[in-house]
Amino acid sequence: MRTSITRRAFLKSSLAAAGLTIGVSATPFGHRLLNASEMDSFSPYAWFKITSDNKVTIFIGNSEMGQGVLTAHSMIIADELEADWKQIRIRQGGARPEYKNPLLPAQITVASASVRGFYEPLRKVGAAGRAMLIKAAAETWKVPEEECKAFMNTVRHAKSGRTLTYGKLCLKAAKLEVPKDPPLKKEEEFRYIGKPMPRVDVPAKVNGKAVFGLDVTLKDLHYAVVARPPAYGAKPLSFDQKAAEQIEGVKKVVQIPQGIAVCASSIDAALKGRDALKVKWDKGVLPEMDNEFIEKSLLEDLNKPMASVVNTGDAKKVIGEASKKIEATYFVPYVAHALMEPINCTAYVRSDRCEVWAPTQTQTGALMVASNVSGLPPEKININTTFLGCGLGRRARPDFVAEAVAISKAVEKPVKVLWTREEDIRYDAFRAPASHRIEAGLDSQGQLVGWSHKVVSPSILKDIAPAAIKGGIDFYCLWGLADAPGSTMWNNRIQYEIPNLSIEFLISGLPAPVAPWRSVQNGPNAFVIESFIDELAHAAGKDPLEFRLQNLKNNMRARRVLEIAAEKAGWGKPIPKGEGRGIAQHACFGSWVAEVAEISVNKKEGTIKVHRIVVAVDCGPVVNPDPLVAQIEGGVIISLSTALKEEVRFANGGVKSANFDDYKVMRMSEVPEIEVHIVKSSEKIGGIGEVGVPPAAPAVANAFFNATGVRIRRIPLSPSTVLEALKKA
Amino acid sequence: MISLNVNGKVFQVDVSKDVPLLWVLRDYLNLKGTKYSCGIGECGACTVHVDGKAVRSCTITVGEVQRKKITTIEGLPENHPVKKAWIKEQVVQCGYCQPGVIMQVAALLSEKPTPSAEQVIAKMDDVICRCGTYPRIKRGIRTAVQMMRKEVKKS
Ligand code: FES
Ligand code: FES
Repeated sequence: MRTSITRRAFLKSSLAAAGLTIGVSATPFGHRLLNASEMDSFSPYAWFKITSDNKVTIFIGNSEMGQGVLTAHSMIIADELEADWKQIRIRQGGARPEYKNPLLPAQITVASASVRGFYEPLRKVGAAGRAMLIKAAAETWKVPEEECKAFMNTVRHAKSGRTLTYGKLCLKAAKLEVPKDPPLKKEEEFRYIGKPMPRVDVPAKVNGKAVFGLDVTLKDLHYAVVARPPAYGAKPLSFDQKAAEQIEGVKKVVQIPQGIAVCASSIDAALKGRDALKVKWDKGVLPEMDNEFIEKSLLEDLNKPMASVVNTGDAKKVIGEASKKIEATYFVPYVAHALMEPINCTAYVRSDRCEVWAPTQTQTGALMVASNVSGLPPEKININTTFLGCGLGRRARPDFVAEAVAISKAVEKPVKVLWTREEDIRYDAFRAPASHRIEAGLDSQGQLVGWSHKVVSPSILKDIAPAAIKGGIDFYCLWGLADAPGSTMWNNRIQYEIPNLSIEFLISGLPAPVAPWRSVQNGPNAFVIESFIDELAHAAGKDPLEFRLQNLKNNMRARRVLEIAAEKAGWGKPIPKGEGRGIAQHACFGSWVAEVAEISVNKKEGTIKVHRIVVAVDCGPVVNPDPLVAQIEGGVIISLSTALKEEVRFANGGVKSANFDDYKVMRMSEVPEIEVHIVKSSEKIGGIGEVGVPPAAPAVANAFFNATGVRIRRIPLSPSTVLEALKKA
Repeated sequence: MISLNVNGKVFQVDVSKDVPLLWVLRDYLNLKGTKYSCGIGECGACTVHVDGKAVRSCTITVGEVQRKKITTIEGLPENHPVKKAWIKEQVVQCGYCQPGVIMQVAALLSEKPTPSAEQVIAKMDDVICRCGTYPRIKRGIRTAVQMMRKEVKKS
């Protein structure tokens, strides 16, 4: 994979081998297919081009972070184009308005939206190319188009047995008009879609040749590290610039808004220079903040007046009159992204242009930030997307691009900014913590009649899209419970049929920054909802599966995944003493997922061993089944990590956790057997990257209740939390 | 000058003895397959072989490995059973941890060609994969073991 293709180099090579180039432009009214001549030049914003050497080059605008988007998007195009996979080359595209996700306001790889957003448009892109190539062949042979068929990079005329390759046809096809509504293949004609295709990025990643952000190599490259405040809002009181500059290899010390940067000719020199700075900081804005403070603050805020998000029926009245009333308070902590590749970015700012190499999830965001900081217009800026060593939503925040551009501008050299692991964890924008208070009422049949739900959480949108916060409501914090009207997230709301529902929300003022974290708040909210549903089932004297089905009467997709997961897991079969089985379901990003967890509890140590997770997923049509399963496995594992282990530690108004020795994540010995069942479905295509996350944590918490009879209303279910809960019970 | 034997070649590097091997491999020898992630020996992303043993290159200095045989992911042959098994089983996701994981597995299998499940977990618990490829790492190891057996039979 070439990741550092410059615009100029591309222009040259493509003009030399000009052929058929098709782009797609997302407009507010849908998509418009474009021919090369309608575009400003042969620049890499087209989705593919076919050249006289019979090669098909596909350009992908989304970021590859292991989810397999390069392969999935290419499969969709190649299938409709009837391209021969062996003739395909796949390249990372640049930052271009044409790569904007149809469901999102930017070129950004988030919200499990790469396939669900581009499935239809990319099919059309491929189909348009196929139609044009067929037409070019028919005109060459002077036969009706209907007699010609495209097959693996060639067009055939069956009657005469003549064939022409795409390479031979591309120049002629390029002159034709792009059909507006090209005919799509039938499902049974798919050549690649739905078949397990090896991912194109795997060989380079196995051989150590894949270029991640940290691996970018440039002539005269300089390295920078930044001394950052130990507490939120802390300002430097003093630092020893001279001492740092005296370290061999250190070139310059630069003050930037994020801290004090030391730029040097090697990473080692930069780190030594930073140590030599010996910065003294003031106490910051909230020096008393630690974990206890955070939990107390969020729980106390539950008693304050809130914004009403949903108010159907009269939940308060109905719950007051219900034959059974249940109430509970839940808490979820700050969780770090802890990306395997620490945050980093490389930039080279010159007087007239700026080049950025970034493991970014948002090319649009990177471009905007680079333009703001460099003072150059966007057309003078080139964003090169490298491979991403994990994304998890953290890399959709382009703060690190701003740093690299600022430092490069100051030192007038190409600069790579590296965050050490300690910085990556301490200065993360975390998964938002939250407190929840829920009351619900059941009628005498155990039917759910009313649900009143209060949530307090720091705002996620505050830093990304403050204008989207309306009337004090941040829907990112509410996903899984409620979503904005007309949202393109497809069904990120509570699935149960509740006639009287009230949801209220309050933004917490805690200063630690928060950001989307794989599935955003669908994850923590599902933990709360699905644990509470389990409490209700128990209160109603019903089996947890039966209770869920009873309250999801008309939700066929939710019912189906629940039934399949339950059946495959042997729901209802007896289990040994000390073990437990739990179930949970969740819908988000247009997909439905249910999971059953089997665990055992060591009551002496307070440890939980997860033995098996059985997953059923309905995401509509499947493009590439094997990476899909891998995404679910990964989603389950990271969710178990948050269920059992992860909680950021704070002290003195800043973050105490720093590295994998004190911020522990899931390792191999803790990982259960994971079984993934894909439900065959021809519904609208849904997302995959995040949807495995939400049900896993509550399934484990419910299994814990099943094993012990004790309900734990916070994650992680760490040994200390488990022991305390068992003692209280 | 530090003299390093990496992937069968000898390099003279002008760097002080106390620099971690990791940075020298990456930024002086341009062998970027070896990754930085934690810098304290907790995650295994930086794993290389020193005289055939898996070593964390972030916690060992170049001074300590002079005159030793160092192998990085780039030096592990492309037809090595672990690399082949990794492609066959599509183990990787983002791939960032995988060079270290592969080096850890290759060292394990050269010591114990048919490790038990417990031995695999004991060794592999030293590495972190945030993407959660653990089930596939296990599968990849099983496949690599089979491939190695077949190779032994052939020869
Ligand atoms: S980077 Fe060396 S063990 Fe993590
Ligand atoms: S494959 Fe991404 S961290 Fe292991």
